[in-house]
Amino acid sequence: MNDRFEIPARLRNTSIALIAIGVLTLIGGIASLLTSNVDTDRARFWTVLLHDSVFFTLITTVSIFIQAAVSLAQGAWIVAFRRVPEAIGANVWIFGSIALLVLFGIVFTFTDSHGMNTIFPWVTIPEGDEILKGKSAFLNKGMFVGFSLVAVGLWSYFGRKFRAMSIAQESAPKNDTKIYWKVFRLSGVFLLVYALTQMSTIPWFWVMSIDAHWFSTLFSWYTFASAFVSGMSLIMLWIVYLKNQGNLVLVTTEHLHDVGKFMFAFSVFWTYLWFSQYMLIWYANVPEETVYFKMRQQGPYSIIFYSNFIINFVMPIVILMARPSKRNYFTVTFMAMVIIFGHWLDYFQMIMPGPLGAEWHINWYEIGIFMGFAGILIFTVSRTLSKASLITHNNILLKETAIHIA
Amino acid sequence: MAIKKFAVAAYDDEAVLFPAVKKVRNSGYKLHDVYTPFAVHGLDQAMGLKETDLHIAGFIYGICGTSTAVGFISWIFTSDWPIIYGGKPHFALPAWVPITFELTVLFAAVGMTLTFCYLNQIMFGVKKHVFHPRQSDDLFVMAIEINDKTPQDEVVKFLKSTGAVETSVQMAEEGWWYGRWDQKEEYEALNAG
Repeated sequence: MNDRFEIPARLRNTSIALIAIGVLTLIGGIASLLTSNVDTDRARFWTVLLHDSVFFTLITTVSIFIQAAVSLAQGAWIVAFRRVPEAIGANVWIFGSIALLVLFGIVFTFTDSHGMNTIFPWVTIPEGDEILKGKSAFLNKGMFVGFSLVAVGLWSYFGRKFRAMSIAQESAPKNDTKIYWKVFRLSGVFLLVYALTQMSTIPWFWVMSIDAHWFSTLFSWYTFASAFVSGMSLIMLWIVYLKNQGNLVLVTTEHLHDVGKFMFAFSVFWTYLWFSQYMLIWYANVPEETVYFKMRQQGPYSIIFYSNFIINFVMPIVILMARPSKRNYFTVTFMAMVIIFGHWLDYFQMIMPGPLGAEWHINWYEIGIFMGFAGILIFTVSRTLSKASLITHNNILLKETAIHIA
Repeated sequence: MAIKKFAVAAYDDEAVLFPAVKKVRNSGYKLHDVYTPFAVHGLDQAMGLKETDLHIAGFIYGICGTSTAVGFISWIFTSDWPIIYGGKPHFALPAWVPITFELTVLFAAVGMTLTFCYLNQIMFGVKKHVFHPRQSDDLFVMAIEINDKTPQDEVVKFLKSTGAVETSVQMAEEGWWYGRWDQKEEYEALNAG
């Protein structure tokens, strides 16, 4: 059985080229944006890094979450390609560390020409701002640093731990269930960790505190749904790629169908949360809440606001609803790319309006940095994948996954 | 609907049932149906059943629900009884989305349930012949239609060779009928007569 993945030269070269583009863009950004006298240029330098590092951290963390959720439900369908989420999850620490550097860089070094932090306004509270003063018991540097470090630390630990346990199972005695139940228990622990980080506090700190005066109680769920559906699409892209390389022999259209269902169902789930947040604010029409959508829907971001809805809801529901399209390699690959791009835009319109206002761009800098992160993802994940067998030998659910029917 | 003759075989193991189904299909006998106490994964593929169209029906019911909701609410609020409330326009689409969603789900759910019942010939008061009382307990029961070209003895012998624990030959109504169980014999006599 062809269960080892050898990184094709083309993939390695592509990833290195993408990283090179990212590094060049970053240098270009430092030269032209960070050293600029214009406040929004300097804010743009940081927010684009913030946007991409947070986006990539959150979508890779989803791989740990799906492993934990399926292990706890004792699902077998994921076992056929479990090494893919394991490899992505084991690299969360890289994106997490970059995100921490960027976040701490913004909190501790960024100020505009008036000495104010326009990205995280709660860092420099203006005189007489009672709202931010009231929130300062939670929104302060100590809490921000503490929560970020703990969250990234725990994600990195669990991401690497799940992979290590899965590899240890290969050399365990046949039909030994000791590691299986250990994974089961740790999955429960991780879900708790995940609920208290990515599903609640972390999006408050990293994303929602950009619009520090505004708040939404389901914001974290909404960002989680966004991350989850793009994280599943990312797993789908890797599955299709590896399948094309002749690896992942156990994966059939049934497994493809299952991941496709997640992409479809959670696109609808994302829309549900997006709309719930929007509709209540629209209906109540309270100025301190509608200010968030004033900028996004009627202001300079309206094109992103509406294309967000079309790309992330209309396209998945029209294209992925039928059963045959979820079992077709072309449509799922196409939709996976569309969904990742769509939710990248979604995060874009969450993050940019606060610091940049009307001065937003999707230009060389935004695209270059995104390509750099994509390069890091391809490089690190393919390296991790090549280090172990792609079939989880000796996993007690291996037979069940081979005969799985969606 | 008509009364037909069936050869019935009962199996006590899935592992025997699957090869038996395969053998019956290869032999060219007419497989009427297989009754199992629980959903057996992969049996529909083994029997060569075609993919159900239930989900297409569900989609159509859903679309009906959506258009009913949007059409009805917009007629009420824009032409029949327009009221301004909360400073919203008469055509306040976002406010209608939850109700539209609920009606879509309701139409799809009720419609699909009824269609499911129709396709499986189950409904209140509707009766269907039971080939073996233990088909809902612990046996997998397969029924094969017997006609002029398939001699009864040959079919039964064949079924025994596939590993059946019990075989029998029954005259039975192949479809469903409406009525009471005590009317069954009367009804069958009428049909056979």
